[in-house]
Amino acid sequence: MHLEWGFFLRDIGDGETTYLSWLFSAWGWTLAVAGCAWVLALLLGSVVGTLRTMQVTWVARLANAWVELFRNIPLLVQIFLWYHVIPSLIPPLRDVPSFVLVVFGLGLFTSSRVAEQVRAGIQSLPHGQRHAGMALGLTTAQTYRYVLLPMAFRIVIPPLTSEAMNIIKNSSVAFAVSISELTLFAMQAQEETSRGVEVYLAVTTLYIITAMTINRLMALIEKRVRVPGYVGGDR
Amino acid sequence: MIGNLDLSFFNWELVSNFLAKGFYFSIQLTLIAMAGGIVFGTALALCRLSGRPWLALPAATYVNTMRSIPLVMVILWFFLLIPLLIGRSMGAELSAIITFTLFEAAYYSEIMRAGIQSVARGQVYAGYALGLTYGQTMRLIVLPQAFRNMLPVLLTQTIILFQDTSLVYAIGAYDLLKGFEVAGKNFNRPVEAYLLAAVVYFVICFSLSSVVKKLQTRIAIIR
Repeated sequence: MHLEWGFFLRDIGDGETTYLSWLFSAWGWTLAVAGCAWVLALLLGSVVGTLRTMQVTWVARLANAWVELFRNIPLLVQIFLWYHVIPSLIPPLRDVPSFVLVVFGLGLFTSSRVAEQVRAGIQSLPHGQRHAGMALGLTTAQTYRYVLLPMAFRIVIPPLTSEAMNIIKNSSVAFAVSISELTLFAMQAQEETSRGVEVYLAVTTLYIITAMTINRLMALIEKRVRVPGYVGGDR
Repeated sequence: MIGNLDLSFFNWELVSNFLAKGFYFSIQLTLIAMAGGIVFGTALALCRLSGRPWLALPAATYVNTMRSIPLVMVILWFFLLIPLLIGRSMGAELSAIITFTLFEAAYYSEIMRAGIQSVARGQVYAGYALGLTYGQTMRLIVLPQAFRNMLPVLLTQTIILFQDTSLVYAIGAYDLLKGFEVAGKNFNRPVEAYLLAAVVYFVICFSLSSVVKKLQTRIAIIR
């Protein structure tokens, strides 16, 4: 098969933008969607995951319901809910840009997965840790803040790394609501240039580069915050 | 507002005209990709654990490549490449079936690899001591146990697979979600159609995962 890369320097028809610059702007949108959604997912996921380990039954139940809700509906359907359904049910949201809606869709979807990891992290700690906190006279909030969470978050970094890599992959679903990210670029540029293989190769490479970078970045964080005496701590 | 929702268009005619076809395809896609994916995935896992680099390396490369690319891009890749390779165009549905089988194989293979590794070494030695060959030991002793250990995880992956079938939207195949979308357009009730789609997917996936949870406690091997 003969590959032909020259078209990347051609302009897309408006006289100034080349396919190459469009590709990089699409990469930017992918990073923006995934990045914003990741922040939201980490915040919400940490809160919900923590609440799931509370001794108060109704709080834990509510947090569990959150996870089940966002885990059992396909991401694409959730994105459609945010884009088509929610603005028409809640009129004030009609002017919210689709970027924000997609960030919420992807963020809440991912928050349920983060919550699952955070819960598992907290529950993997020995019961003695919680009891020790209480024995010292700490309140529940203080026990979580000073005893449980600092340990749990370090434990869950490896699974969170794979979630962070997943969110890059999952952000590709934003193509369905016309966010100009990498996958939508791939579809449109393929159609316009008929050089599908080159376009897809470029896009796929950028996805892989992004995922690898996140992997290295998280490994760095993991190394910085590791706990001496725990598995992986003394290496 | 919520009061304006009109679900009256939802009747048996809608189900048989728009949804049945899509639902049938989603189920078909899920089942074929699951069966094909587990068979091919197990083969990949065996290659990776064979200890022979010329088998292990290509298998590992295949699995890692598939796992690092978004599924939507994989769907687009196959939809583009299959016609180039066979010289004629192929329907979106058939393309989706091939794509999902090959893609899911990568994920099932990781599950099966963990499953095979979870079987105690002594089981393999016992097989050899009985005079079984490598193939017989795998087929008669290791794989049945690996499969049983991993059954809940395999089924959970299948639920994820069922959710992911909605992504055939990218190449316009007619699945369950597409059925709802077309119905919504047809009756000019897109909001209600998407809401119903979410409810239907939720009910299916939630009940399946409850079943898996029950199964998990039932089939655990007590050691």
